[in-house]
Amino acid sequence: MQKKTLRKLGASIFAGAVALSGLMAIAPAQAATKTIGIAYSLGGREVPGFNQLAYIGVKPILGKNKAIKLIESQDSPTGTDDQRTERLRLMAKRGANPIVVVGFTYASALAKVAPEFPKVQWGIVDDSSVKAPNVQGIVFKEEEGSYLVGLAAAMTTKTGSVGFIGGVNTPLIKKFEAGYIAGAKAINPKIKIQSTYISNFPDFSGFNDPAKGYEAAKGMYQNGADVVYAAAGGTGTGMHKAASELKKWSIGVDADEATYPAHAAYKSTILTSMLKRVDLGVRAFVNDSLAGKKTAGIKTWGFKQGGVGYTKTGGYLKDVSAVIDNYGSEIARGKVVVPTDPTKA
Amino acid sequence: MTKNRIFWAVAAPVAAILNSLLFIYIILKIRGVDPLSMFSLMISYGFDPRNLVSELNQTIAYYLAGVAAAIGFKMLLFNIGIDGQYRMGAFFGAVVGGAVALPPVLHVLLIVITAMIAGGLWAAIAGYLKVRRGVNEVISNIMLNFIAAAVISYLLLPSMLGTLPEGSQTAQTFPIPASGQMPTIKAFDGEIYSFLFVAIFVGIAYWVMLNKTVFGFNLKATGLSFRAARASGVNAPRMIFVTTVLSGAIAGLVGIGTLLSDTHKYSMAFPAGYAFTGLALALLGRNHPVGIFFAAFLWSFLERSAPVLEFEGVPPEIVIVMQGTIVLSIVIAYEVVARINLRQQQRAVGSVSAEAQPIKESN
Repeated sequence: MQKKTLRKLGASIFAGAVALSGLMAIAPAQAATKTIGIAYSLGGREVPGFNQLAYIGVKPILGKNKAIKLIESQDSPTGTDDQRTERLRLMAKRGANPIVVVGFTYASALAKVAPEFPKVQWGIVDDSSVKAPNVQGIVFKEEEGSYLVGLAAAMTTKTGSVGFIGGVNTPLIKKFEAGYIAGAKAINPKIKIQSTYISNFPDFSGFNDPAKGYEAAKGMYQNGADVVYAAAGGTGTGMHKAASELKKWSIGVDADEATYPAHAAYKSTILTSMLKRVDLGVRAFVNDSLAGKKTAGIKTWGFKQGGVGYTKTGGYLKDVSAVIDNYGSEIARGKVVVPTDPTKA
Repeated sequence: MTKNRIFWAVAAPVAAILNSLLFIYIILKIRGVDPLSMFSLMISYGFDPRNLVSELNQTIAYYLAGVAAAIGFKMLLFNIGIDGQYRMGAFFGAVVGGAVALPPVLHVLLIVITAMIAGGLWAAIAGYLKVRRGVNEVISNIMLNFIAAAVISYLLLPSMLGTLPEGSQTAQTFPIPASGQMPTIKAFDGEIYSFLFVAIFVGIAYWVMLNKTVFGFNLKATGLSFRAARASGVNAPRMIFVTTVLSGAIAGLVGIGTLLSDTHKYSMAFPAGYAFTGLALALLGRNHPVGIFFAAFLWSFLERSAPVLEFEGVPPEIVIVMQGTIVLSIVIAYEVVARINLRQQQRAVGSVSAEAQPIKESN
């Protein structure tokens, strides 16, 4: 009886395998058109932040030229360097060129794969350590943009106390903190600054944890701060919520957070947002490489290049924006150098 | 009887996998994607020799996490602290490996032992709390995972034990020199980590320890009944402590294959955690060293095929859904099998006792 079942099982598995191997023959053929690849880090393009901005950077190019295809892939929470290496390799083998790699976690994977595909142009966001003749490091002066919103915070606060929430405690986010503190102190050297991080590496949940963002911001507001800036991706939504409930100010990051549909209820208390134009950096890289230009090297996007900045949505900064813009031009001319280390801000 | 056992041991996981495939089939159908072409894409990509190599490397890590969890399960311990123990092991292995200069084999050995000690000691905290203070190991281990993350995050600072190369945003340890690296086996233009042999050795040692030693017997006895084991002279609290440490020591090895054969440094690019994966794999493999291997391979196979699905517009989360349904189905399948076995046993006992009846009466 059982032997029979076993045999039946074996037969059906075999039949299934045969059926599947027949189907393999109709795997999709490679297209001759241009293909752009984007390898996202954790979260993918649906989560507001730098992943989404990379996609927004490429979108108009796809809209203009229907012959260009896009392939995308995102990192998984258990992703290893080996896995990321395979992902990049797979994209290159699929004929993607150029390929945009989002996030510094890809650095060692890219260092390995880039020489294997010398004809593919690679652009990596937030890293300039990969040196190869076909790799562009797309980096931003986050500290400069954060400096500007730090100025805005210090000129808006009535309590003389402001807050900073970092998503994950990494060297990159420290640059945001450093700029913000320096900006706030430029207005008021005695300003009180509360600073916290939501999670520690290797726990990257701090970039997408609105509940903790809410608690952290609420704590800061109750502790006297009336302006809080979160460089924490999706976590910032929690801060905006706390701000709107307590009628305090909040500052967004990366894109204009006051225009997010999900933030419609909070936009009356979103003072400004620090812009990090990953979209511009990515678009410039993709356009250059599609045009056949050499793209390798480090491309730094500071305030001068329009890579970072701040928003005036809502008009809450109209009294102070002249001062901020003045500091901005000082930065552009190199008169003000913004620190990247919070302990030196 | 044993043949029967083996049949059910294989049939249950196969049924669970088929069930999950059916589930995914329906989901893909609803999404308007042709499920069969997706499955064939996964299979053709997953069984491509080069990808097999990469899957095998991932299997090593999953396998060790599974064995670590299985050791705990045998004692009815829920070692959810594998994450923290793995991080501690990989981190301190990398730090020690990058700091010393030793002859080749010794250097590797030192790193491996350091990782085991680091993982074991981290687990020992939870073990001590459970045995001496009666703290539930699930709670203490979850907290220890967070503490491990914070400790490493602090120690990885360039001003502490770590470094931040020019232009990089990835804090990392100093690279391990060539003498501390493990060779790889070139196959199908991929490279298999030679740490694979360590994983195989761990699997064999686990089986021998469990089935051929007094220690293993005591371990299983304590797991089955703490009181009975204690009454028969087993130092049960000590067994719990030792098992926890052992589980942690194996968990400490999880990241070492990647460390010694691939990255040669611990960095922010290291995967965050394996705890739930390890527990799921031990469950799927029924705590058996061979079963866990197949489970680990299945997991890495599924994970590796996620990017190909993405290119066809299928969200990569489908793989996680698939893994989730496999675990759920397996729990149900094992329960069903256990009931069938129980009924068969009862019937067997019933027929024997029916025959034995007259003798009993004459007594």
